[in-house]
Amino acid sequence: MLYSIIQENSYQDSVNLMLLTNKISMMDGVHQASIMMGTPANKEIFQNTGMYTDELDQAGPNDMCIVIRTDHAEKVTEVLATIEAELKNQAVSSSKQAFESVRTWDKAMKTLPNANLALISVPGQYAAEKAEKALDHGLHAFIFSDNVDIHDELRLKQKAAEKGLLVMGPDCGTGVFSGIPIAFANVITEGNIGVVGASGTGIQEVTSLIDRLGGGVSHAIGTGGRDLSDTIGAITMLNAIQGLEKHKDTEVIAVISKPPAKEVRNQVVQLLHRLSKPVVAIFVGEEPQTHEGSVYYASTLEETAMIAVDLSKGRAIQANYNKLNGEVPSAALRPEQTTIKGLYSGGTLAYEAAVLMSKGLELGQLIHEDGYLLKAGGHEVIDLGDDKYTQGKPHPMIDPETRVHYIKQAAQDESTAIILLDIVLGYGSHDDMAGALLPVIQNTRSEAAAKGRNLYFVAALCGTANDPQNYEEQKAKLEQAGVIVKESNNQAVRTALAMMGIQLQDNDKTHSEVKQTMQGEIQVSEAIAELLSSKPRVINIGLKKFTHTISSYGGSTVQYDWRPIAGGNEKMRRILSLLS
Amino acid sequence: MYGPYTTIDEANQAVIQKIVAGAPFLVDVVPAKTVVEELNGRVLLHAGPPIQFEDMTGPMQGACVGACLFEGWAEDEQQAMTLLKQGEITFIPCHHVQAVGPMGGITSANMPVVVVENRTDGNRAYCTMNEGIGKVLRFGAYSDEVILRLKWMRDVLGPTLSRALSLTENGLNINVMIAKAITMGDEFHQRNIAASLVFLKEITPYILRTDLSEEHKSAVVEFLADTDQFFLNIAMATSKAVLDAARTIEHGTVVTAMSRNGQNFGIRISGMGDEWFTAPVNTPQGLFFTGYSQDMANPDIGDSAITEAFGVGGMAMVAAPGVTRFVGAGGFDDALATSNEMTEICIDHNPNFTIPTWNFQGTCLGIDARKVVETGITPVINTGIAHKEPGVGQIGAGTVRAPLACFEKALEAYALKLGLI
Repeated sequence: MLYSIIQENSYQDSVNLMLLTNKISMMDGVHQASIMMGTPANKEIFQNTGMYTDELDQAGPNDMCIVIRTDHAEKVTEVLATIEAELKNQAVSSSKQAFESVRTWDKAMKTLPNANLALISVPGQYAAEKAEKALDHGLHAFIFSDNVDIHDELRLKQKAAEKGLLVMGPDCGTGVFSGIPIAFANVITEGNIGVVGASGTGIQEVTSLIDRLGGGVSHAIGTGGRDLSDTIGAITMLNAIQGLEKHKDTEVIAVISKPPAKEVRNQVVQLLHRLSKPVVAIFVGEEPQTHEGSVYYASTLEETAMIAVDLSKGRAIQANYNKLNGEVPSAALRPEQTTIKGLYSGGTLAYEAAVLMSKGLELGQLIHEDGYLLKAGGHEVIDLGDDKYTQGKPHPMIDPETRVHYIKQAAQDESTAIILLDIVLGYGSHDDMAGALLPVIQNTRSEAAAKGRNLYFVAALCGTANDPQNYEEQKAKLEQAGVIVKESNNQAVRTALAMMGIQLQDNDKTHSEVKQTMQGEIQVSEAIAELLSSKPRVINIGLKKFTHTISSYGGSTVQYDWRPIAGGNEKMRRILSLLS
Repeated sequence: MYGPYTTIDEANQAVIQKIVAGAPFLVDVVPAKTVVEELNGRVLLHAGPPIQFEDMTGPMQGACVGACLFEGWAEDEQQAMTLLKQGEITFIPCHHVQAVGPMGGITSANMPVVVVENRTDGNRAYCTMNEGIGKVLRFGAYSDEVILRLKWMRDVLGPTLSRALSLTENGLNINVMIAKAITMGDEFHQRNIAASLVFLKEITPYILRTDLSEEHKSAVVEFLADTDQFFLNIAMATSKAVLDAARTIEHGTVVTAMSRNGQNFGIRISGMGDEWFTAPVNTPQGLFFTGYSQDMANPDIGDSAITEAFGVGGMAMVAAPGVTRFVGAGGFDDALATSNEMTEICIDHNPNFTIPTWNFQGTCLGIDARKVVETGITPVINTGIAHKEPGVGQIGAGTVRAPLACFEKALEAYALKLGLI
């Protein structure tokens, strides 16, 4: 039967109406449809096609005439709703709209309607607010920003957990989702190892080593450094681990953290024992002696990567991975040259160096002092990325200046035998850190030589062949300047210690079977499962350069140019929040 | 707190639904005094928020002189200035009497106005007719040529169009004309040539059917054919009629009027009814006719920014590639960027008016004052530029931004009204 609806004074272009007619004709239960303006010519067409009804008598040229043939009267309502929606969304359906950038959430969500991740790098004081908005819009939040209050972090993570979302960070430096490097990240071959870490450079070191050892990474999820604190209770890590457990392309899970609060550690370990997939875990600073069931414990980041790769390839796990590779370079030192100075840009790498050196120097425990991760007997390890050193300056992974200063200072210290460095490659990092540090390395070495001292540099080079800086080129540059370059931080520290005549010995690890496997259901929200099963669609709020990496690796992204709300006018900002 | 609405967003949705639902029809052309009661007396309407004679800029003062001469209140310029300076003329903003006026917006009792009826709510809005370009009252000219033309418009053009419109069944459906013309490259503030042609096409058969003299009919058709911007004033009255109906939703933060008097820029928002929120106007930047330059430009003036409040004009820059260069934009990409930027401060798109050069997205719909303040992006207005001295006329065209402070004041007042601060 024919049904006709006349929408008076509702002019639409004939092309729009033809498109609309096609759409309506294809609806289930609609045999035939015709939508035209009620001009005399069009009415004739209605007649010729057998779609004319008496109601059309009244229709004028400015009236939209909708005639449908259907067996179900209730279809008419559905058709009308579809027409209304179609006319409203004519634009949305038409191809992609390339926007340079957007300025509001609404626009961002319209531009990338299927966005699932917000990458937030706005100043810390505004980051929580943005993350909250992201969660409200159903997006996971990756908070690169630091200086976010821990209570805000807790609130955000609790809210995210309720909504089945992940909050990565604050101060989450790195991530890799389906091969897409996010923020400061290396280009890692895709594979079957899923990584979760509460440490940025820890993740970079482990994922880079996995890549160079011939393995691959499915996802690397940063949680932010405080996630495993008492206050936060590993909310993000627990959810991320469960997500990887349920992610079908992930076959091995690697977990990286500094030593967590005891209760939190237990919670994480209990979860690890409930997983069906083999796990390698490192709590940097602990000296595990025994693997438990399918949960393997590593003492160094390098060991973490090696176990992960062996597990991922189904190879047997060795009893000891922490051996010094290769020859120890000979060191001709003057008697007063007794100390190692570790000048790091990566926090976890510095921490690992401090742990290994404390062990080698038999200090018994980590000796912290303000601004130093280790300061004992003239030895020093400094994390130059710490707030104390970055006040108002770019991070030492971006800008060599702070480190140049500390290298000069260390070189002038007559007790210095070896300067230990990390060079972290990947997106976000300096384009040519080796080149930037070469002058100071060459100068200090020749100045020392002029005074009859040999000054040695040992560098851990973290990165992959596909990183934008080119691993081999960076390595060659450093070696030409006489730097001893090692493939991991573990090897760099061990080499430096060996050059000082200190041999680090690790015990072989034993393997105990777990008597009873823990019970408990693994729960993963739909949103987390979705995040891990496809390339991320990212709303990038803040640092624009992050978008280039995402889009060049096949992720979709929209740049949200962030500026302080109401131009930083506090009064208007408050009024706006009251009127929201 | 927000009347029948639970949130500001909901109230705003109700306002924009009213805008989309608007059904404006051009129904008549009549002497202003017959529809604006207040004009029976020595009263002039002016553009923008309230202003007194001494604070008006050159073009508006010049137009006041012209209106005094036109109405026969004064014999010459000097007499007119005396009247005006002595405060013998009462001034009322056009907006306060359902009217809008371009540039100076000076409207007097016997000037003919177009009558646009919004059939959805039955309300009407009025605007004087476009006088063409060159020496015209709206830019402050008041020479004999100007007054003569105004008299012709009063005696011939107005009555002819009135008769022609009376022959139509229901008046002319303006949404249809706008929908057609926007696909022909108009944005309805700086460029109206397509809409003016569509109007000419619609009205001419009726003009020919009137029983007026052939000479009058011919002169009227010729005038309409020569007046590229004729439709602007219809678009203004249309915007006013539709937004006045939307204003009956007295909640939310949608901008319902934008207007300038040469001194102050004024806006209204839905939640604050008739109240104006003002800040000093900016001066338009643009291209100038030979012999004129930026330093001769009058500060921003006119009620025509009602078109931007409606979502066309500068907001729809992308629809009119033809004028993007003229209004100072660098080219089509700039026009696109401008309209895209405007979507940041608008709530939605108006499906009535889809823009081919914008992938058939509808025009901007509903400027949200909150988004303006949040982002600092202010509405862009396409505008003619008047010489700051009265009587010189239009010297160029360009774009200008609404000052942010209006929007801040409006939000603060609304928060106060709601008892939030």
